[in-house]
Amino acid sequence: MADVSIRALNKKYDNGFHAVKDVNLEIRDKEFLVLVGPSGCGKTTTLRMVAGLEEITSGEIRIGEEVVNDLPPMDRNIAMVFQNYALYPHKTVFDNMAFGLQMRGYPKDEVKKRVQEAAEILGIEPLLERKPRQLSGGQRQRVAVGRAIVRHPEVFLFDEPLSNLDAKLRVQMRVELKRLHERLETTAIYVTHDQVEAMTLGDRVVVMKDGRVQQVGEPLELYGRPANRFVAGFIGSPAMNFVEVSISGSGDALWAETQGLRVRVPQGFSGKVQSGQRLTLGVRPEALRLANGADEHTFATAVDVVEPLGNEILLNFRAGGVPMVARVDPGVRVKPHENIHLALDPQRLHFFDAKTEAAI
Amino acid sequence: MLIERKWKKWVYFYLPIAVFILFTLFPFYWMAVTAFRPDSELYATWRQPNAAPLWTLHPTLEHVKGLLQTTAFPTWLWNTMLIAIVSTIISLICGMFAGYALARLRFRGSEFLGTAIFITYLVPQTLLFIPLADIIRDMQLGNTPWALMLTYPTFLIPFCTWLLMGYFKTIPKELEECARIDGATRFGAMVRIIFPVAVPGILSAGIFAFTLSWNEFIYALVFMASADQKTVPVGVVSELIRGDIFFWGQLMAGALLGSVPVALVYSFFVEYYVTGLTGSVKG
Repeated sequence: MADVSIRALNKKYDNGFHAVKDVNLEIRDKEFLVLVGPSGCGKTTTLRMVAGLEEITSGEIRIGEEVVNDLPPMDRNIAMVFQNYALYPHKTVFDNMAFGLQMRGYPKDEVKKRVQEAAEILGIEPLLERKPRQLSGGQRQRVAVGRAIVRHPEVFLFDEPLSNLDAKLRVQMRVELKRLHERLETTAIYVTHDQVEAMTLGDRVVVMKDGRVQQVGEPLELYGRPANRFVAGFIGSPAMNFVEVSISGSGDALWAETQGLRVRVPQGFSGKVQSGQRLTLGVRPEALRLANGADEHTFATAVDVVEPLGNEILLNFRAGGVPMVARVDPGVRVKPHENIHLALDPQRLHFFDAKTEAAI
Repeated sequence: MLIERKWKKWVYFYLPIAVFILFTLFPFYWMAVTAFRPDSELYATWRQPNAAPLWTLHPTLEHVKGLLQTTAFPTWLWNTMLIAIVSTIISLICGMFAGYALARLRFRGSEFLGTAIFITYLVPQTLLFIPLADIIRDMQLGNTPWALMLTYPTFLIPFCTWLLMGYFKTIPKELEECARIDGATRFGAMVRIIFPVAVPGILSAGIFAFTLSWNEFIYALVFMASADQKTVPVGVVSELIRGDIFFWGQLMAGALLGSVPVALVYSFFVEYYVTGLTGSVKG
């Protein structure tokens, strides 16, 4: 059990590529922290630096009380699960799981006991004598996790461990990992590019882009109060709708306008938004619904594609010249190319600075 | 339609492959038949009555006996075996470490080093034997097995290094990283994880190296003078072709016995050998 502290961490490769820029993170003991971002955002590099597989250009990493910058991976008391599982193909499942303990000189009985214990937790006891090539993807995944937990490390590192599994198994393993973390109560750092995985697994989520941390927060905080346009667009599926607007009007009666769309700026933004400003308006698909007569923030549009998903219907339309999506109740009956009136929930509008992209 | 396809398969597949097999195996067949034919048949013209130019009517072991009794063939065989095994082991060990380093470690000049090693492999032996002869003479190794055991690696090491480098690159680097997190040093991870996983590649490099040194001719011809130090390829040619007289029966018996050990080595490892050349490792 340990907390992990990352301070002013930088990674610059020999070819000049600056992969990780000034990353600061405090990971609390027993916390499940997820690093999420598009590929090339520096999340895996950060994880590999914590593991000791990648040299640090500058900055400091502490695990517990100890600065581990110059410690080899074996001395950091961590365990890592890799995307491709990295099971030793010439060893049986038992030997795969026992290898770490054997290398550390544990007595045979202890090794056997721990492997049995881990195999029981993961339900892979019948597989102990098999070789990795005789296992299915899900089973390999479990063995890889088992190999990590037998050592009782201070920190678990996961590098996109579910991305090689099919969709159904991924959902199942996601729940199992969450359960396992609750049972083992070990600090975990988890890297993924899948925002759903990040939201469901993480106690806190770190969104990264171009080597920089964009926002750190609990899943719902990221969803409800994104720090900038990138986070707003990355978290949530379908993604938040963005449209460039200009502000007009005066005093309390400010309007956000663009071609074919005119909505009143909610009270909460008065003072932060001024007339004449150019901003990006962000609307989550579920903040849109079909308007009834009483709504204030409405606009007219024509639906071009209807996606009935069963539990919800996605309406695709254009507003202000850009494609947008609304998530509406499955009971709504709308046909393609029908003209509709949509209402915005004023409490759930987001404004972003058009230049800096920071939330207002 | 179906019949036409069958017909096409015969013409485009079975027939060419049959021709190819015949073409490849005929020299071996000719060698074997010649080794067991009596001289009377060997030197008879094809037009003679009862002539059987493609097989033998009176198989005999006289050439094999002659080879073993009148020449130092058993000694040559032993020399060849010893030299091939020792130089293969030296080359494999060097090739494994060098191949691993070039495939995995990032150090200044690693690419240049890789290319340089490859270029040394491209220098023809027919040129290289001249300076090497000088070195062998200076070190007073001439006419000893060490002359060949130490010169064969000059072309075997680059060969093994490149073959193994390619194989090591197909092994996911996560295997090794995982081993290092599990508590192994880089060297430990290499020896305990990467080498065992690379066994097919190492075996095929070993077989190739063994065959190359088994068949080597020019260094053996230049560096070995006395009959009891010769290897099979040189011994057979230099002792069984006297002037313009070819002792065809004994020559072919020598060739046959000389190729048996190599064929045996191949047949034992053929599966590994194929995966070594074509397969990669899945974690």
